[in-house]
Amino acid sequence: MYKLLLNIFIVLCLSVFHEVAIASENTNEKEIEHSEEQGENHAEKEGFHPGDFIFDHIRDSYNWHIISYKGKHVAIPLPVILYSKNQGFVYFWSSKLEHGHTHKNFKIAQKGSHKDKIIEVNQSGEFVARPFDISITKNVIAIIFSCMLMMYIFISVANTYKEREGKAPKGLQSLLEPLILFIRDDVAKPSIGEKHYEKFTPFLLTIFFFILINNLLGLVPILPGGANVTGNITVTMALALFTFFITTITGNKNYWSHIFNTPGVPWWLKLPLPLIPFIELFGVFIKPFVLMVRLFANISAGHIIVLGFFSLIFIFGNMSTALGWVVSPVSIIFTIFMSILEILVAFIQAYVFTILSAIYFGMASEESH
Amino acid sequence: MELIKPDLGLLFWMIVSFSILLFVLIKFAWKPILNALKERENSISTSLTAAKRAKEEMAKIEFGNEKITQLAKLEKEALLKEAKELKNKILEESREEAKLEAKNIILEAKQSVEHEKNLALNEIKNQIANLSVDIAEKILMQKLGEESKQKELINDLVKDIDLN
Repeated sequence: MYKLLLNIFIVLCLSVFHEVAIASENTNEKEIEHSEEQGENHAEKEGFHPGDFIFDHIRDSYNWHIISYKGKHVAIPLPVILYSKNQGFVYFWSSKLEHGHTHKNFKIAQKGSHKDKIIEVNQSGEFVARPFDISITKNVIAIIFSCMLMMYIFISVANTYKEREGKAPKGLQSLLEPLILFIRDDVAKPSIGEKHYEKFTPFLLTIFFFILINNLLGLVPILPGGANVTGNITVTMALALFTFFITTITGNKNYWSHIFNTPGVPWWLKLPLPLIPFIELFGVFIKPFVLMVRLFANISAGHIIVLGFFSLIFIFGNMSTALGWVVSPVSIIFTIFMSILEILVAFIQAYVFTILSAIYFGMASEESH
Repeated sequence: MELIKPDLGLLFWMIVSFSILLFVLIKFAWKPILNALKERENSISTSLTAAKRAKEEMAKIEFGNEKITQLAKLEKEALLKEAKELKNKILEESREEAKLEAKNIILEAKQSVEHEKNLALNEIKNQIANLSVDIAEKILMQKLGEESKQKELINDLVKDIDLN
């Protein structure tokens, strides 16, 4: 218990320092960018923009920005992979596109409907097309890292199970076993039922731990954490798609008859105008959609609030330095509070996504009675 | 709004990496882990059942022991009772026998005493007879040694005889 508290405390301290560092560097960055791009980009106003600051932190990006110090950016360049009709497949490092540079007729859009995405431009810098973009972005790296981490953790735990067969759990195994048992006995078994739950448990365990680990890594500000993976709509969409396809594929006769010929409903709601079947069919798509939005919104909201508290420091700091110093302790206290809340949310959202998926699987494989 | 617009590239990578993750974890992690958990649970439940059964058996055995002790006690009591009865019976019988024996002995003794007494009496009688004859002989010798005396005696005798 004591150790756990200590670890949480360390994580929080790191997160607080990091966010402060990012926030302060961001003001510099903004100013520098501003002076650089003043010629072509005159819409931005002088000073600190909390909206930009927050969205810069929660969105995906082509490089992994670590720190900026006195106007120098330290960022890990990541590979950009593009396919365009004119040039075919194109690969280069994202560092080529820094500060609005154009490389091989590609640049990062500063405004418009493709803002912050790579677009193809012609010689005079006019927009041509948005290429097919499968760049290894910050979130892709974070996803790959968390996948590797999970494989390492769970394969080593599986080996421990093989080595210590029939013995009491030990170490990492004893940390994870309650969670594994929780998913199996309190999520999968009651939602899906004794008969079919074993088929779905591995998938449920995978999404639970994937969401949980990425939620927690999202709270850790330093490398390899800090990417907003589960607060990204694309990631939650992919997860929801997995649940959707598994539900649809495993759906039995009873499940489909509940959708297209709902029992216990008056015939006139089904026959001339298929009202209920339409609603039910709509529900099939609504369910994964809700899963997607819930996870995305919860995690993003948490990050936005934490970053908002930090923005306060700089908003007041820009008014007067003294005011900034006064506000910062308050902001930090609020941020610590929010971070603790976020740890709770990390677990709750992983649990909610898993149990809802389990309930959908349970509906799909339920026998008629 | 970039924030709520899904990005195809990221979706592609996410689906690829998550599929690989799913495959690898199911094959190399969840299967062994879930199997091990199940096996452990089974072994625990079977051992618990075995323990319960052993306990029941123990209780049964204990109960049996008690029963046996009870029976042994009863048997012991019965045996003791029987032995006591036997003892009493034997005592009674021997007493009876002794009485009879004693009676016989006494009877025999009486008979032999009677016999001895008779013998002794007979002997005494004989001896008295002999003695009397002897005495009478001696007296006669003395008394009838002289003539006068013989005449006297005869006279006495004759005097005594009343010739009526």
